Amino acid sequence: MSNQDFPLIFELSQESRTGYSLPEFDVPETEVDDMIGEAYVRKSEPDLPEVSELQIMRHYTALSKRNHGVDSGFYPLGSCTMKYNPKMNEDVARLTGFSHIHPYQPVESVQGALHLMYDLQESLAAITGMDTVTLQPAAGAHGEWTGLMMIRAYHEARGETNRTKVIVPDSAHGTNPASATVAGFEAVTVKSDERGLVDLQDLKRVVDEQTAALMLTNPNTLGLFEEDIEEMAAIVHEAGGKLYYDGANLNAILGYARPGDMGFDVVHLNLHKTFTGPHGGGGPGSGPVGVTAEFAEYLPAPILTKENDLYVFDYDRPQSIGRVKPYYGNFGINVRAYTYIRTMGPEGLKKVSEYAVINANYMMRRLQEEFNLPFDRHCKHEFILSGKRQKKLGVRTLDMAKRLLDFGYHPPTIYFPINVEEALMIEPTETESKETLDDFIDRMIQIAQEAKNDPEIVQEAPHTTIVSRMDETLAARKPVLRYQKEQ
Amino acid sequence: MEFRYLPMTETDKKEMLDVIGVQHSDELFLDIPESIRFNGDLEIKEPKNEFQLMKELTELAEKNVHLKSHTSFLGAGVYDHYIPSIVDHVISRSEFYTAYTPYQPEISQGELQAIFEFQTMICELTGMDVANSSMYDGGTALAEAVNLSAGQTKKKKVLVSKAIHPESLAVIHSYVKGPGVEVVEIDHKDGRTDLEQLEREIDEDTASVVVQYPNFFGQIEPLEQVRAIVDTQKKAMMITSSNPLALGYLTPPGEFGADIVVGDAQVFGIPAQYGGPHCGYFATTKKLMRKVPGRLVGQTVDEEGRRGFVLTLQAREQHIRRDKATSNICSNQALNALASSVAMSSLGKQGLKKMSWMNIQKAAYMKKQLQESGIEVVFDGAFFNEIVVKLDRDVKEFNRMLLDHGIIGGYDLGEVDERLKNCMLVAVTEIRTKEEIDTFVKEVGDLHV
Repeated sequence: MSNQDFPLIFELSQESRTGYSLPEFDVPETEVDDMIGEAYVRKSEPDLPEVSELQIMRHYTALSKRNHGVDSGFYPLGSCTMKYNPKMNEDVARLTGFSHIHPYQPVESVQGALHLMYDLQESLAAITGMDTVTLQPAAGAHGEWTGLMMIRAYHEARGETNRTKVIVPDSAHGTNPASATVAGFEAVTVKSDERGLVDLQDLKRVVDEQTAALMLTNPNTLGLFEEDIEEMAAIVHEAGGKLYYDGANLNAILGYARPGDMGFDVVHLNLHKTFTGPHGGGGPGSGPVGVTAEFAEYLPAPILTKENDLYVFDYDRPQSIGRVKPYYGNFGINVRAYTYIRTMGPEGLKKVSEYAVINANYMMRRLQEEFNLPFDRHCKHEFILSGKRQKKLGVRTLDMAKRLLDFGYHPPTIYFPINVEEALMIEPTETESKETLDDFIDRMIQIAQEAKNDPEIVQEAPHTTIVSRMDETLAARKPVLRYQKEQ
Repeated sequence: MEFRYLPMTETDKKEMLDVIGVQHSDELFLDIPESIRFNGDLEIKEPKNEFQLMKELTELAEKNVHLKSHTSFLGAGVYDHYIPSIVDHVISRSEFYTAYTPYQPEISQGELQAIFEFQTMICELTGMDVANSSMYDGGTALAEAVNLSAGQTKKKKVLVSKAIHPESLAVIHSYVKGPGVEVVEIDHKDGRTDLEQLEREIDEDTASVVVQYPNFFGQIEPLEQVRAIVDTQKKAMMITSSNPLALGYLTPPGEFGADIVVGDAQVFGIPAQYGGPHCGYFATTKKLMRKVPGRLVGQTVDEEGRRGFVLTLQAREQHIRRDKATSNICSNQALNALASSVAMSSLGKQGLKKMSWMNIQKAAYMKKQLQESGIEVVFDGAFFNEIVVKLDRDVKEFNRMLLDHGIIGGYDLGEVDERLKNCMLVAVTEIRTKEEIDTFVKEVGDLHV
C-alpha cells in the first residue's frame, strides 16, 4: 500500500479491537473440543479485521462515496433499466413480518407473505399475458435457464429428443446463448437485417426439426420492436419449436403489448429492472417465469396455490423440472416489486412505458446529428448510437464513455450489442426529468465536438474521478483476487 | 392519480414529442402490430397512495408470525443470528444499493473494493485461495460446483451425500440435466455420510464427491476420511458446502484439501426473509481460478500507480464468451455480500470465533437438557448448532402446539426421509438464552405423553 492508496478494512485492523456486541453466554460451559475432535478444531483463526464500529462505518461510508448509483446521478446503462428505486419499497421489505420470517414456518403462520406472493404472481401473469407464474428463479439468467429446462422437459415428454438447438439473435444478451448451453442445448445464431430486426429469411434457414426454441427480447437489444413477431412465432411454432421471451426490455411495453399475446410460450422477468428491485451493485435480483397453460405442469416445484382460504405449496408435481433454487425465490426483492406494482397500478405502469419511450426517442433525435444512428426509426425504451464517426478521428467509444464520467454521469452500455460497431446503448428510463436528459445531451454533443477539435481531452479522460483508468491487463495477467498481509 | 416517480409534465411531453416529430405518443408504438397491441387495462389492482399502501402492507406483514414475535428453534439452512445495527445502515447507503455491476471502475471503486474485501474474508474462512463476488445462494452455488467438477475432470458422475441440504440436493438434480451428469446419492448412516458406501461407489468415472460440513443434520463430517477416499481416484475432487459461521471454530475445508467450498453467508448479517435473497459464496483453488462462475474482482493500479480494483478474468463470463461461458450467471448478490462483509468486520477475528463457539455450546447445552429430560437425541456424533430430536408424534402436529406456546419449532425431517419420521431438527444459535432453551425443553417434555 502506498500512502496514496485508499486503505482496505484489513489495513485498519488492530489486535484486540472489537466492533461487536454478542449475546450473553449464559449456559454452563461444556467441553466441546473433545466432542469435536482435535483435527476438527480450528488452529489458526481466520484473519478478519479487528475494528471498532465507527471505523467500520467510516470505511464503508467512504467506499460508498467512491461509488456511483442512480441516487448519485443519471445512469443510462442500456438494457439494465436503471430507474429510481423507491424508498418506500425498502421500508416495506424491512417490515419485521416480511424480513424475519423463516421459509420452513408452518404455512398457516405466514399467510400474509403467501398472500403477497400469490397476488404478485397474478399481477405478473396479467402484465405479461401468461397463464401461470413462478417466483422461484433468483435472477434473469436463472429464469432463462429455468424456462429453457421447461421447454426441454416439454419436448422430451413428447419424445422429441432431437430438439437440441436454441436459436438466439446476434443482438441477444450474452446470457441467452450461455443459458442455452447450461440447459444442454446448442445455441444457433440468427442474423439481424438492415432494419435491426431478426432477418426472417435467415430465421427460416435456421429453423428445423431440431429447433427447441427461439429466444427473443422484444423490443430487442437495439431498442426496436420486432414487428414481424407474429410471423416469427408462426415459423417457429410450425416447426414444433417454442418461443422464449427474455423480459429484460419489458419496461418498453407495459400496458401496450404483452408477450403472451405475441405468441410467446415462456417468459422471464427481471424484477430488479422493470419493477424497481434495486440493482444492489450487482444483485440480488429476482427472475420470475411465466408460462402458458401447456407448460404449467413443468414449472419448478413447489407451486403456490390457494385451497379454500388458505395459501399452500403444492409439491405433488410429477412432471416438474424440479427445484431451481432452495426455498421460494428472492422474497425480499419480490416484496419490493409488489410494492411498486401496487403504487403504479394499470394506469401508472402504462405511463412508465409511455414516458420511457418518449425519453429515449427524444434523446435519440437530439443526438442523431453528432453521432451515427444505425437504425433511423422510432425506438422503444432504449436506442443505439455508433461512435464510428468519432473513431475515425481517433476517439473511441470507450474514450467518450470515460469522458462522461467527468460530468458526473454513468456512461451508457458500450460495445453492445455486438452487431453494431463502437456501440453506445442508451436507456434513460421514465424516472429522469427532461432537465437531466437535456444536460446529458448537451454533454454528449460537447464530447462529439471535442472529438473533432480537442480529441486529447476525450482520449485522456476521465480527468475528475478519484482514480484514473485502470490497468485491466495487469489485473488479468497477474490476478490478485484477495488481500494478503505484507510479511 | 399522481405518480411521484414520473417527472414528465404535459409541457415537457409536448416539447419532446415536437422534437421527435410526432403529435401523440401513440405514434411511437405503431410498430407494434395492431393485432397484438394491448388495448385494455392491465388486470391488476388500482394504485394506492403511499400512506394507504404502507398501512395495507404493514397489516399484511403483521399477519405473519415471525422470528422476533416468537422464539425460534428453526434452522435447516436458514438461521436467526445476531445482526449488528450497523449492517443495515451500511447497505442502506444508496450509492451501494442503487448501483449495478461495477463495469466502470473509475466510479465504482467503492463496490469493487467491498467485493475484494468480501472475497478475502471468504478465503480466510474457508482456507481456500480464491473466492468469487457471490452466487445466488448456497444451493445453486453447490450445483454450479458440481457442474464445474464434471467439466474440469471430463467425468460424468458425481457422488453426493444425502446428508446435504435436501433442497440443495434437489437443485443439483435440476442443474446436472443440462450437461448430463449422473448423480449417485450416498446415504447417511448415524447422521453422517456413509463412508463405506462412498468407498464402494467411487471409481475412475467420478468427477467429485459432495458433502456438507457441518451437514444437514448438524453433524460434523469427517473430511479427513472423505479426502482419503477421494484421493483413491486421481482426478476426483472434493466439494464441500459449509455454513461459514461454523468455520469460525471448525477446521476449514481448505485444510482438508477441498477443491471447491461453497455455502451461504446468510448467517452473517442477512435476515431470513422467507428464504431469500441470501448470499451464496464460491471458493476454490488457484488451479481452478479461471473456471469460477460469476464475477471476480482483482487488484490493479491506475495510470498514476494508485491501487484500484476491476472486474477481472472476464473471459470466463457470458457477456464475453456467450455460449462458451463457464456459467450463465450474470447478476450476483453483491448487496448481501456487502451485508455479510460488514457483519464479518464487526465480529472480527475474535468475535467470529466466540460466536461460533457459543453456537456449539448452546446446542450442547440443549442436547444435555433434552437427554436429562428423557427425550431422545438421535445422533451421537460431533455437531455444530443443530441436533436431531425424536418425538412421540408427527413433527407438524407438535410444531402447531409449540406455536401456540410462542415457539417456532424445528424442521420436520420426516419430510425428506421416512426413516426419520417424528424427528425434529432443532437449531440453537447464540441468540437463544438459557431460559428460552429451558422453556423449549420443558415444553417438549410436557407435550410428550
